[in-house]
Amino acid sequence: MLQNLYVNKGLSPHLRRLESEAIFVLREVAAEFSRPVMLYSIGKDSSVMLHLALKAFHPSKPPFPLLHIDTTWKFREMIAFRDAAAKRAGMELLTYVNKEGLARGVSPIASGSSVHTQVMKTEALRQALDLWHFDAAFGGARRDEEKSRAKERIFSHRSAAHAWDPRNQRPELWHLFNTRIKAGESMRVFPLSNWTELDVWDYILAENIPVVPLYFAKPRPVVERGGALIMVDDERLPLKPGERPRMEEIRFRTLGCYPLTGAIRSHATTLPEVIAEMRASKTSEREGRLIDHDESGSMEKKKREGYF
Amino acid sequence: MLATELAQAVPYLDKPFLPALRLLTCGSVDDGKSTLIGRLLYEQSLILDDQLAALKRDSKKHGTDGDNIDFALLVDGLEAEREQGITIDVAYRYFTTPARSFVIADTPGHEQYTRNMATGASGADLAILLIDARKGLLTQTLRHAAIVSLTGIKHVVLAVNKIDLTGFDQAGFDKILVDFKYFAAALGFKTLHAIPISARHGDNVSRKSPNTPWYKGPALLDYLETIDVAEDKSSAPFRFAVQWVNRPHLDFRGFSGTIASGTIRPGDEIVVAGSGRLSRIARIGTFDGDLESAGAGDAVTLTLTDELDISRGDILCDPKNRAEVSGQFAAHLIWMNEERLLPGRSYLLKAGTRTVPATVTEIVHRLDVNTLGEQSAQTLRLNEVGLCHLSVTSPMAFDPYKANRTTGAFILIDRASHATAAAGLIVHGLNRAANVYVQGLSVGKQDRTRIKHHKPVVLWFTGLSGAGKSTIANLVETRLYARGVHTILLDGDNLRHGLNKDLGFIEEDRVENIRRTGEVAKLMTEAGLITLCSFISPFRAERLMVRDMLGAGEFIEIFVDTPLQECIARDPKGLYRRAIAGEIRNFTGIDQSYEPPENPELIIARERQTAEQAAAQIIAYLTEHQIIDRIEELGEDWSI
Ligand SMILES: Nc1nc2c(ncn2[C@@H]2O[C@H](COP(=O)(O)OP(=O)(O)O)[C@@H](O)[C@H]2O)c(=O)[nH]1
Repeated sequence: MLQNLYVNKGLSPHLRRLESEAIFVLREVAAEFSRPVMLYSIGKDSSVMLHLALKAFHPSKPPFPLLHIDTTWKFREMIAFRDAAAKRAGMELLTYVNKEGLARGVSPIASGSSVHTQVMKTEALRQALDLWHFDAAFGGARRDEEKSRAKERIFSHRSAAHAWDPRNQRPELWHLFNTRIKAGESMRVFPLSNWTELDVWDYILAENIPVVPLYFAKPRPVVERGGALIMVDDERLPLKPGERPRMEEIRFRTLGCYPLTGAIRSHATTLPEVIAEMRASKTSEREGRLIDHDESGSMEKKKREGYF
Repeated sequence: MLATELAQAVPYLDKPFLPALRLLTCGSVDDGKSTLIGRLLYEQSLILDDQLAALKRDSKKHGTDGDNIDFALLVDGLEAEREQGITIDVAYRYFTTPARSFVIADTPGHEQYTRNMATGASGADLAILLIDARKGLLTQTLRHAAIVSLTGIKHVVLAVNKIDLTGFDQAGFDKILVDFKYFAAALGFKTLHAIPISARHGDNVSRKSPNTPWYKGPALLDYLETIDVAEDKSSAPFRFAVQWVNRPHLDFRGFSGTIASGTIRPGDEIVVAGSGRLSRIARIGTFDGDLESAGAGDAVTLTLTDELDISRGDILCDPKNRAEVSGQFAAHLIWMNEERLLPGRSYLLKAGTRTVPATVTEIVHRLDVNTLGEQSAQTLRLNEVGLCHLSVTSPMAFDPYKANRTTGAFILIDRASHATAAAGLIVHGLNRAANVYVQGLSVGKQDRTRIKHHKPVVLWFTGLSGAGKSTIANLVETRLYARGVHTILLDGDNLRHGLNKDLGFIEEDRVENIRRTGEVAKLMTEAGLITLCSFISPFRAERLMVRDMLGAGEFIEIFVDTPLQECIARDPKGLYRRAIAGEIRNFTGIDQSYEPPENPELIIARERQTAEQAAAQIIAYLTEHQIIDRIEELGEDWSI
């Protein structure tokens, strides 16, 4: 009832504009590429992107599959949510694991976050795109996430080796996207480029979009390391001498591999509470993402190598 | 969830909320653009604790303002990246106040940045022109204003910065405003407002300053929060570009797209601009159910009451107020590519959801953006603006850019590199095509074909000089003649003695040479002949141009792939020797590049076969594709 009332009142003009812009981008890719795919990373941005895809092509199903690059270190709740979400959407879900990396024993614990991300995420993504010959891949990245993303295009061109060449970017004018690529090249496409973190949450609330429960506060087993709260999601996390998981009421602002994702202490158990907390928040979202602290300017570098 | 809870979480639920303001900031280096943007972000407390700590550290180290925070450090320097050679055209920054969301398109402030500004401006509703109060109006300010006007921005704020350094002087401020108004009179801005500010100290940025009691207007942020820039796009004539044909099953055929302008309701009459066919809106579909009406900016899926032949790229419009349809038009081009404009070359033109081959037929003049003066020009280079005539291979629907920023805009794409070569803003259609076009001929190509025993096609031989193109073409023609097939051979050297004798070998002339040859080949095809063309034709774009002139399947590209070393060794006309000696310039393979075809119909690998074998390979192709009949040749069989 309340949901209806909300929908009837409609989205704010601001969100509506963001929504139709994203829908335009989604349709443009479907019309101009021969094998698009949507990278589905299970987080809130992916949830919004998936919802927008359902809207863009209705009454048809989105004419592309979902692809999840599984590092094998995602929170268990994420994997369960992923399978349910694909089922709800009625879309094909492809998952890809870099088996060779796994065989080499690469893991966030043994190899450190930098190597793990490089092998199990960046390289895995390249392998998956090559394997299925995708020529366009949607990602949920936003320009407000990080300083260096402010200049990223909505359509970001990649060479046949998946390299991003910052010296050779195409200007984007109006909504006239230049989608031309040569054989073997591909495009990364970011329909949520112009959204902010707050827009994403406002939209999730307005559209009643399901998100992984890890975004809401609940007592969970954690250990504290270097100021970050790490959730003990399974027995693979080796405990240091004297370290003992304790229950704390926590939630996550962003989701990734569990040993690399810091939680925040919070009592926000509903969407409005999460949004209220966000508005009052005094730290940036990527604070919780340990990979970004690894080395400075790390985003720029990762992007050049093919990371999203 | 309770309604009150919801209203608290989403404050705009109970009040009208202006759509986000998309603004462009322009200023010369050191006018204080970064400081202003940094301060706006800072004062909306959008600077988060982790960022602020870093900022304080950096300000001590690199700042220019003693121990105070240097806000410019918040927005990372576009200039520095430019020095590293990274193409930074625009950085987008976002902030939200309780009243409104803002998107700032920030472009680096160096001299040559028409291209970047145009990119930022294409999506903006308002421009802030920064002026250093001490320096007054500079040429650059005028250039910025001209580009802002050209790209259709109607609202301008003059931010007269560093007013603290002039002792908050009113007379200086007034003079800047008067001078600017004089210059801007011709630029067609709807609103123009000047504000004296100090980005460094915060005067009149978020709050009105006590230092400028003579300034009666609002602070910058107040002004931006309340200005209504919405053009009444919903009352403009209906325009809708079909983006994607939505066909989930046989009983549903919808057209997905975004309404560019106007409002529609079920039952409204529409016309397909290109074909002139009429129908009515049956339903306006969305994921959340059908709508009773939809307006500019809405992404919807329309169904019509009639089954019309409509596909991606078609434009639906109001039958009483139609878009113009023409194959030729005049437009401003803002050149964005390192490689200059070549009139006559074939580019791809993307307008709305439609992509068609196009050529620039004439440069009317180049615009001096500093003075708004017009100069004659043969070409446009990076960052130059010019008024041009363009011709597209099939008529398209459009509006003048002044009337509609969506249906009046296009980009040009380089066919070989795929770079975005230019931004285009349509001024008006040229109706020459309509006068010359379609003479209602009663005997058509098909009729002529019927009395021959072959299909008319063009066999286009491309490859390096000395590759063997003409030898093979001659052999093929001889064999076709023997079969009674009506042919003609066009040879680069032959045409250059007559039709093309005014052309040399520089890039423009090579382009024109191929264009004329293409037109001749097209006429020959219309006449029902098989036309053999033997041209080095080094550039992909021109070969594509000829391909586009002809019907599907009529252009057969034959790549005579003889390695350069081999051609140099053969050197039948002694040309390579002279080119290497520097006696001949622009010689393909030596000091001009050859772009091999990407998907030719046939590749002749000359290292592995003789000219006779190559000719046989081509004849086999023609019979396989039923272009000529499969009959026994009169004479010897070469085909092994
Ligand atoms: N006194 C004074 N200095 C300013 C003001 N705005 C900017 N500046 C200084 O002018 C210099 C250039 O500013 P910056 O923002 O980097 O210029 P940009 O190149 O346009 O981004 C810096 O040293 C600023 O601190 C102002 O309103 N008053």
